[in-house]
Amino acid sequence: MVKTDFGPPKYDTMLHPIIKRNYGKWKYHEVIRPGVIKRVAESGDVIYVVRFGTPRLLSIYTIRELCDIADKYSDGYLRWTSRNNVEFFLTDEKKIDALIKEVKKRVGFPCGGTWDAVTGKYGLSNIVHTQGWVHCHTPAIDASGIVKSIMDELYEYFVDHKLPAMCRISLACCANMCGAVHASDIAIVGIHRTPPLPDDDMVRRTCEIPSTVAACPTGALKPDMKAKTIKVDVEKCMYCGNCYTMCPGMPLFDPENDGAAILVGGKISDARRPPELSKVVVPWVPNEPPRWPTLVKYIKQILEAWASNARKHERLIEWIDRIGWERFFEITGLEFTEHLIDDYRITPYFYGELRTSVQFRW
Amino acid sequence: MSETPLVDELEKGPWPSFVKEIKKTAENMEKRAAQGMDIKLPKTARALLKQLEISYKDKKTHWKHGGIVSVVGYGGGVIGRYSDLGDKIPEIEHFHTMRINMPTGWFYTTKALRGLCDVWEKWGSGLTNMHGSTGDIIFLGTRSEYLQPCFEDLGNLEIPFDLGGSGSAIRTPSACMGPALCEFACYDTLDLCYELTMTFQNELHRPMYPYKFKFKCSGCPNDCVAAKARADFAIIGNWKDEIKVDQEAVKEYAKWMDIENEVVKLCPTKAISWNGRELKIDAKNCVHCMHCINKMPKALKPGDERGATILIGGKAPFVEGAVIGWVMIPFIEIKKPYEEIKEIATRTLEWWDEEGKFRERLAELIWRKGVREYLKVIGKDVDVRIVKAPRNNPFMFFKKEELRPSPYIEELKKRGMF
Ligand code: HEM
Ligand code: HEM
Ligand code: SF4
Ligand code: SF4
Ligand code: SF4
Ligand code: SF4
Repeated sequence: MVKTDFGPPKYDTMLHPIIKRNYGKWKYHEVIRPGVIKRVAESGDVIYVVRFGTPRLLSIYTIRELCDIADKYSDGYLRWTSRNNVEFFLTDEKKIDALIKEVKKRVGFPCGGTWDAVTGKYGLSNIVHTQGWVHCHTPAIDASGIVKSIMDELYEYFVDHKLPAMCRISLACCANMCGAVHASDIAIVGIHRTPPLPDDDMVRRTCEIPSTVAACPTGALKPDMKAKTIKVDVEKCMYCGNCYTMCPGMPLFDPENDGAAILVGGKISDARRPPELSKVVVPWVPNEPPRWPTLVKYIKQILEAWASNARKHERLIEWIDRIGWERFFEITGLEFTEHLIDDYRITPYFYGELRTSVQFRW
Repeated sequence: MSETPLVDELEKGPWPSFVKEIKKTAENMEKRAAQGMDIKLPKTARALLKQLEISYKDKKTHWKHGGIVSVVGYGGGVIGRYSDLGDKIPEIEHFHTMRINMPTGWFYTTKALRGLCDVWEKWGSGLTNMHGSTGDIIFLGTRSEYLQPCFEDLGNLEIPFDLGGSGSAIRTPSACMGPALCEFACYDTLDLCYELTMTFQNELHRPMYPYKFKFKCSGCPNDCVAAKARADFAIIGNWKDEIKVDQEAVKEYAKWMDIENEVVKLCPTKAISWNGRELKIDAKNCVHCMHCINKMPKALKPGDERGATILIGGKAPFVEGAVIGWVMIPFIEIKKPYEEIKEIATRTLEWWDEEGKFRERLAELIWRKGVREYLKVIGKDVDVRIVKAPRNNPFMFFKKEELRPSPYIEELKKRGMF
């Protein structure tokens, strides 16, 4: 009999004994240096959580090496974070340096990705990203290659606490935005810029025409019943690719015109200011594999303009709010173009009055 | 001369390289297969590199639309993927990914991980994502015929692993590390997340809904799993009473911290005052933003009346626009066995299943049907906390029972309009 529906291993079987013993009874934490968080329990127990950046795409042979390291340093326990970092749990502070050295030597992962709100010194965490050319069928850009190129350039911010506030960078390789980059301080989103070019034969063979037509948010598609295919009103299409998701006969890839948009100013935590969606500040950057120099330059330009001008604890949107968008474009050197004015008339102002924050009074 | 000069560029630089990971996998798989180990796909990692090189040259993807593939008894958990270069690089013709439900909070023993690696070495490419953006362990790339034996081997491990969700199903729920490591957790995120995962196993493995549905659990308003922006059902830890203040610890911070500028002035509602000896928080004005607690974790703690705020409908822009979840339940107690929250989740799912159109997320359904109707479905009263402000137009709907009797109403009734 094949077992089904048994679910994941129960979390409490995966916890380090110190974590299990002090579950729900942590007293405080201290970031003692970039990448190392000391957690102190009410019982007086102490655990050092040591964080390392990973490329997310991991070899099983690397995972086995991480296991060897965890067996040696953290009693056979380890954990991943929500941003693709890996963490080890140490009980002996004196072993931290050796751990960092060994991880660096065996798998090449840097220690860092933390921030210290207490002193107001922040590091950059890892970039969350999607599949890109490594696995998906709809991307307008690659994911892993761009992330690697950006993180190489921003490496110093990961391994140190040099930023004035938290900064979350995320990447999605198409407008589907797996991973929800739409509320990040800096977001990179793959966009197409050409309408689909129907492959009539493929449409006939593989698509349900009415549901494909209905999937277009702008009403740009019409069934052509006689020819049993789909017609595109190119004036209405905003290249979202939703029709291609529905029907393989509606490809819209143009290597010369696909590329990335850059958005800024989103946030998710409620700290100081409620969550907010990111806004487009660069409409399009071309695909420039293998290292995407133009895109990387823009990201660095934005990050560093913010980092050198923001006050302590001021996230990107908080900084922009203080100085104004006029000044944002001036300081970053980005150009404000007509594309940045919202003319997507379909956007419903989804219940503008509903509260999208846990900030309220009792 | 390397076959893959473009992607080789991505081996350089200080940040860990995914290209090195692919090459390392290829070398080890080839070597171990040559030594006689039972490895079904020793050449797939190398083939991926070749296809990637072509994508880097062509500036486009070479993956085709996935067909429907799964394992016996399930409808999801696998993303089917085929290459359009299958004739040139046959080793990569099929490259399906399997989504494996991670242990809640992404905590592992090395034994559990080694089990996963052994299975994937035998049946797959040896490549993984730790983790996919929903949270699952992603096994990246195998052939259709190996899905079933791989799944069975996973289930037979000493620490067995099951598939996660995909398609129009409940997706693998995820949680922040909460009480396992964080002193801010206002409820047990790991336990609730695990319980929800187990309660909805059927709905997770067998796509049956209009579209996808995500639960995410964060222990406090910091929201470390970004639930507010990307979960249809976000459970965010919160508290109702006063922040607990340890004045001695505040004084310790005061020795070096600029409390006036970094804490008092940054409180969004100016609820804090500090006179150099005592920190006072006006509980009636505190909006639980976490800033002061983040600043002084040794001195400040969320209050004792703890629970969660439920935000409904968070999603990316597809199709009708991005939504940050709407507060539908300002406060709910989260206590084992979690009956109330499970009841609300079940009613929500049943309503959406019944009323939702194909590819309509919960937010879009609520938008179409109205918040009032959703509140009725979950049996909750309106609360001023679900809005930022009251509406700014007078186009309200009134029910018949709300109207006063009048000759006009009689006339409406007489004409059959009421
Ligand atoms: C005790 C443990 C933790 C504490 C005290 C903590 C603290 C915080 C704080 C202070 C914020 C809000 C920052 C701000 O907006 O100023 C935050 C947000 C966040 N944290 Fe944590 N965190 C913890 C664990 C983690 C871990 C392990 C991760 C994963 C790497 C993580 C990922 C995040 C993310 C993604 C956000 C949302 C940021 C946003 O987009 O607004 N946190 N956390
Ligand atoms: C209309 C919207 C969306 C569509 C049509 C869509 C479609 C897809 C497709 C086709 C894949 C397969 C990629 C592969 O080949 O591995 C994928 C992967 C994935 N999607 Fe989505 N997606 C959408 C939105 C989202 C959102 C909003 C999230 C999360 C908040 C998400 C989370 C994921 C995750 C976790 C993966 C696994 C791969 C990864 O981690 O990169 N998706 N999605
Ligand atoms: S963001 Fe788009 S291209 Fe990227 S993995 Fe998701 S669906 Fe695929
Ligand atoms: S790409 Fe999007 S907007 Fe254009 S036709 Fe397809 S569904 Fe419509
Ligand atoms: S969401 Fe809150 S409780 Fe959970 S890990 Fe983050 S700071 Fe801690
Ligand atoms: S939690 Fe936020 S709103 Fe409440 S007192 Fe602290 S800073 Fe002010």
